[in-house]
Amino acid sequence: MDADAKTMSTEAPRQRPRTRRPGVEPGRPVLSVRTVRASDMPAVVALDATVTGLHKAAYWQRVFRRYGNHGQGQRHFLVATLDEQVCGFVIGEVRDWEFGAPPCGWLFAIDVMPSARQLGVGARLLAELVQRFRREGVSTLRTMTASGNSLIQSFFRSQGMRAGHLLPLEMDIGHVVPTPNADTQEDQVT
Amino acid sequence: MKLQKNTLLALYSVLEFAARPDEHIPASEIAEKYGESAHHLAKVLSELVRARIVESVRGVGGGYRFIGNARRLTLLNVIVLFEDPAQELHPAPEEASATHDALARVFAEIDRIALATLGSVTIATLLKDIGRAGGPDEVADTAAESAEMA
Repeated sequence: MDADAKTMSTEAPRQRPRTRRPGVEPGRPVLSVRTVRASDMPAVVALDATVTGLHKAAYWQRVFRRYGNHGQGQRHFLVATLDEQVCGFVIGEVRDWEFGAPPCGWLFAIDVMPSARQLGVGARLLAELVQRFRREGVSTLRTMTASGNSLIQSFFRSQGMRAGHLLPLEMDIGHVVPTPNADTQEDQVT
Repeated sequence: MKLQKNTLLALYSVLEFAARPDEHIPASEIAEKYGESAHHLAKVLSELVRARIVESVRGVGGGYRFIGNARRLTLLNVIVLFEDPAQELHPAPEEASATHDALARVFAEIDRIALATLGSVTIATLLKDIGRAGGPDEVADTAAESAEMA
């Protein structure tokens, strides 16, 4: 935990001094879940880069604009912190009548720093997201995973998720043919 | 998907042992519970011992004990010890190959879904489910308490 926290602190803002809540065992990290803040984003980008190997700062800024503190309501971007260091996040939103389904909560991103796994971080993030979805009146949570990603599937199943009523289908629609610009394309057609 | 008898017996056994990881459970207890001969069960258990999922202790008070990681061990991990769950179609004559290939693609699709499902259900999750359903016996709480993995 400590080594990982040091890694994250290189990009995260300066941390406040440790505070202990009454009843919290000294020496044990304090796990909290809250709405993301702009100051969390460097740590979120770093976490994602650690897990995926891709540094996508611009992408994450767009996600923050859409789901961050100005995107609240039916959209949720939550972070988990261990001793105030970001160690995980979850993003989801309520979507209405997509795929013919009544309004439901979609979870489309969840991640936990590898060094913070098996500490209940993912379960806490999921529980908080579910609670917010319930407050918005939805009673179903949905997500999709890559079929080969058994680790994340095992996590969702351990939290009670099962195969649902929707079945994902896809097809290869071929290579994208680059066109220099629309005018050229129109000339070719006519 | 239809699993072979040995495979099912292995899954039942693993769930029994994982539910009581601190105990050495006699094979006779499992055999009696599932109506199998001790001799037949011994073959299944020896495979689980080889795979380091259970350990065997001889003598008075001996038996089998779960030594795997219930939060990481999946149904698929156990199944592949006994059989290949992905069914291959028998090769077809050349003139029927297009039909054969089309059918094979459908079965491969089914296999992919089945393998993904079996590969994502851990023993701990299943024990938790059994507990939720008010399951048949003591196969429930002990390992399920630690089912949360992330």
